[in-house]
Amino acid sequence: MAVSSQQQKYWGRTAAAMKIAFLFLICALSLFPFYWMIRSSLMNQMELFSFPPKLYPERLRWDNFTGVFEAVPFPLYFKNTMMIIFPVLLGTIVTCSLAGYAFGRLNFPLKNFWFVLVMSTLMLPPAVTVIPKYIVWSKLGLINTFYPLTVPAWFGGGAFNIFLVRQFFMTISKEIEESATIDGAGYFRIFFSIMLPLIIPVLVVVTLFTFIHEWNDFFQPLLYLNNDSKFTLALGLITLRGEFNSQWNVMMAGAAIMTLPAIVIFFIGQKYFVEGISFTGMKG
Amino acid sequence: MEQAVGAKVRLKSRKRSLIARKEAIAAYLFILPVILGLFLWTIGPMIASLFISFSNWQVFDTLKWVGISNYEKIFTRDLFFYKSILVTLYYAFGCVVTTSVASVILGSLMNMDMKRISFIRTVLYMPTIVPAVASSFLWLWLFNPDFGLLNSILSFFGIPKLQWVFAESTAIPSLILMHLWTAGSGALIVLAGLKDVPKHLYEAVEIDGGGWWSKFWYVSIPFITPVIFFNLVMGFIGSLQAFTTAYIMTQGGPNNATLFFVYYLYREAFVNNHFGYASALAWILFWIIAMLTALIFKSSKGWVFYGGK
Repeated sequence: MAVSSQQQKYWGRTAAAMKIAFLFLICALSLFPFYWMIRSSLMNQMELFSFPPKLYPERLRWDNFTGVFEAVPFPLYFKNTMMIIFPVLLGTIVTCSLAGYAFGRLNFPLKNFWFVLVMSTLMLPPAVTVIPKYIVWSKLGLINTFYPLTVPAWFGGGAFNIFLVRQFFMTISKEIEESATIDGAGYFRIFFSIMLPLIIPVLVVVTLFTFIHEWNDFFQPLLYLNNDSKFTLALGLITLRGEFNSQWNVMMAGAAIMTLPAIVIFFIGQKYFVEGISFTGMKG
Repeated sequence: MEQAVGAKVRLKSRKRSLIARKEAIAAYLFILPVILGLFLWTIGPMIASLFISFSNWQVFDTLKWVGISNYEKIFTRDLFFYKSILVTLYYAFGCVVTTSVASVILGSLMNMDMKRISFIRTVLYMPTIVPAVASSFLWLWLFNPDFGLLNSILSFFGIPKLQWVFAESTAIPSLILMHLWTAGSGALIVLAGLKDVPKHLYEAVEIDGGGWWSKFWYVSIPFITPVIFFNLVMGFIGSLQAFTTAYIMTQGGPNNATLFFVYYLYREAFVNNHFGYASALAWILFWIIAMLTALIFKSSKGWVFYGGK
C-alpha cells in the first residue's frame, strides 16, 4: 500500500514535470516568431538570405530602423494615431462607466430590453452598418478627418466595455449608495464622488483594451483616411510593403516598431489583461 | 387607527414610487449616450443599408431602385460570391476547430498552481495583441517560399518546400496556422472555466479508480462546455469577418483562394463603389452569421452543461 502511494506520488510528479515541459515548448513556439522578427530586423540583406538561416546577426544593423523612419513620416503618423486614441479613450470611459452604472445598479423600466439590445451589437457584423455610415460621413465632408474614428466612442463606448463595467458594479456592496441616498445625494453626485473612485480597476482594463484595439485598428483608418497626411501608423506602415518589397529586414523593423508599444502596454497592464480575458469567459 | 396606518402606507408607497421615478430618470440620462449611439451607429445604418441593398447606388447621388435584382445577381450569376463564401467558411471552420482544440488542451495543461504558470499565461497571450499589420508582415516573411523560416525548417527535415500563402491549395491552411498562433487567449478563457470545477468531483473520480483521462473527459470537459461554446460562437463570428490578413498579405489571391467575404464586400463597396450591391452582400453576411449562430445555440442544448452555475 505504502509503495503504491509512493509510486503514485512519483508518477504525479513526473506528469506535472512533463506538463510544464510541454507548456514551455509551446511557449518557445509562440515566442519564436517574435524572435524571428527582431533578429531579421537587425540583419543586412546578405545575412537575411543566407542558407541555412543564421540564428542571429553578426552585427546589429540599426539602419533598418532608420530606413523605416526615412520611408515613413513616423512622428506625423504617431501623432495622428494618438490624436485618435485619446478622444476615443476619454469617450469610451465616460460613456461605458455611465451606462455600466445604470445597468449594474439602478432600476428602470425596460432595463433588460436595452441591455440585451446593447449586448447584441457584439454579434452584429460591422459590415452591415459600414456602408451607410461611410456615406453619411462623406456627405458631411468629414472623410480624411478624425471625426468618423473618434465621435462614435462618445456614443456607445463599446458593448463589451459596458458589460465589464456592469459586472464590476454588481460586485460592489449595495449599502454604499444606500447611505448616500439617505443623505439626499443625487445619482450624479453618488456616481462621481462615490462610484467612480471604486471602479478604477475596471476602467484600467477598459483603457488598456481600448488602447490596444485603437492602436491595432486597420479597417476604420483604411476606410476614412485616404490622404497620407492623415494616416495612422497601422495604415502608414502598409506603404513599406510596396516600397521595400523584398527588403524583409526593413519590413521587420516596421513590424517591430508597430508591435513594441502594444507589447509595452500589455506588460504594464499584464495582470489586468489576463484577468479581463478570463472574466470574459466566466460570465460568457 | 387602521385608516391612519393605511394612509401612512400609501404615503410611503407614493414616496417610494417618487424615488423609483427619480431613479428611472437618472438611469435614462446615464444610458442616453449609449441609446443614441444604438440608433445612430447600429439601428439607423442597418435600416439604411437594407434600403440601399435594393438599389443600384453606384456613385454618389444616383440612386435607382432595382428591387431584388442585386440579390438575384448575387445568387445566380456571381461566381465571386460563391467562391468567397466557400473560402470564408473553410477558413472559419479551420480556425474554430484548431483553436478550440488547442485552447482546451493548453487550458487543461495550465490548470495547476497559478504562480507557476503566470509566465506561461503571459507568453501565450502575447501573440493576440500583435497588430494585424505587424503580424501580416511577419507571417509573410515566415511564409516566404525561398528564404522563409518555415521552409528552412521543412528542408532541414528533408521535406519539400511549400508555397504557403502563395499557392491556391495551401493558402487557407497557412492562414489557419497563422491564426492558431493566437490560440492563447482561448486557452486562458478555458483555464478560467476550469478554476470553477469543484475539487471534490476529481476526488470522486480518484476514489472510483479513474485516471487523468476520466477526470478530463467526465469532469473537466462537461464543466467547460459553456466556455467552449462561448469560444466557438465568438470564434465563428470573428473569423467569418476576416479582412486584414487578406488585404495585406494576399489581396484575395492566389486565384481568389483567399477572397474572404468581407474583403470581397470591401472591394465592391469602396474600390468599385457598388454601394447597393455591397449592401446586399452585407445583409447576406448578416444572415449567414445569424443562422450559424442560431445553429450553434440550438445544438448547444445537447452538449452544453450549465450544472456549474
